[in-house]
Amino acid sequence: MPRVKVARKSTAIDMTAMCDVAFLLLTFFILTAKPKIDDPSKAEVPASIKEIQVPDENVMTIAIGKQTANKTNPLFLSFSGTDVRTETLKAMGEIYKVSFTPAEINRFSNTELFGVPMNQMKNFLSTPTNDVAKFPQSGIPADTTNNNELFNWIINARKAQVGLHGKIYAIAIKGDRLQEYPVVNTVISVLEHQKQFKFDLITTLRKAAKK
Amino acid sequence: MAELDTSGGGKHKGGKIRSKKASTRVDLTAMVDLAFLLITFFMFTTTLNKPKAMDLTMPDNSVKTSQLPVAASRTMTIMLGSHNKLMWYMGEPGKTPPTVDSYGPNGLRKALIENGNQVASTHAAPDNFMIVLIKPSDKSTYENLVSALDEMNITAMKSYAIVKITPLEEGALKAQGLL
Repeated sequence: MPRVKVARKSTAIDMTAMCDVAFLLLTFFILTAKPKIDDPSKAEVPASIKEIQVPDENVMTIAIGKQTANKTNPLFLSFSGTDVRTETLKAMGEIYKVSFTPAEINRFSNTELFGVPMNQMKNFLSTPTNDVAKFPQSGIPADTTNNNELFNWIINARKAQVGLHGKIYAIAIKGDRLQEYPVVNTVISVLEHQKQFKFDLITTLRKAAKK
Repeated sequence: MAELDTSGGGKHKGGKIRSKKASTRVDLTAMVDLAFLLITFFMFTTTLNKPKAMDLTMPDNSVKTSQLPVAASRTMTIMLGSHNKLMWYMGEPGKTPPTVDSYGPNGLRKALIENGNQVASTHAAPDNFMIVLIKPSDKSTYENLVSALDEMNITAMKSYAIVKITPLEEGALKAQGLL
């Protein structure tokens, strides 16, 4: 009896098309990539129906983190531009009489978001990169007067931005939803002291109304 | 033909010498693997959803402009208290008892629409839109403030502002256990 021979098909598939698609997607993701920055403020933003886009660049964000166990309200600041950050740190060093080494300045210029008081800034900038996430960032001190650290950070950053790029920062506030109003009021009044009256409150999009 | 015969000779009798045709197919498996690996990496590290925001404009308190008097009956004051509750009253403080209300479609939104319609019907155009004053107390949360502002956007209020709360209003909130 003759055996029925099953024709052996090659397992090799033509992968050209798959490869094309894969690289197309890869190109798309590389070009649109904007690395996630680790947000130590852990702010959970409230929801609203407004959908105004926060600009990608030329923006300064003040993050109001969750209230900690010992009733402190961590305030964080983030502003774009490595050169602006360099200038701002130098100006802040002069005000608070802290001198920074070039390495520390370089480190700060690459820090997207920070929330440490000036007296801990040197420590913060000298912690090894791997341990930064564990560094207890207690927040930038602020009050409703016009001479506090948050006020000085903001005004110096804005001055540097105007000086270096001739642009004015758009200001965004990213607050934790359960944070109490007085803290928000402090941040707003700090901005009001600088004659900044327009802000973007970062929110998530509200889901369809529950019925 | 201008071909150089490098063969030993003798074997090819006048026949063309064909070089062996190598297949042009390359094994793409490794390349595809790498491409997908990179895609996965970039997908997980990028933020596709850009942050959305709501705009807030505070009044410029440094310039003293001449202010036009408005009828108190056109104002609605919303006091944000604790426990996600709020109180509102129309007109001047102390004259009408404040109503305790909640956020959301059946609470604040309904009140805003009803009061807005009432103001519109009892005042002469064009000054017949309602003016809303939002007064957050120290115990209200940021979410409460954003919700209140959001309701202003939803109900398309023309004129609203965040104002400092007065002791009288704090007292009213306290009386309801909302401070």
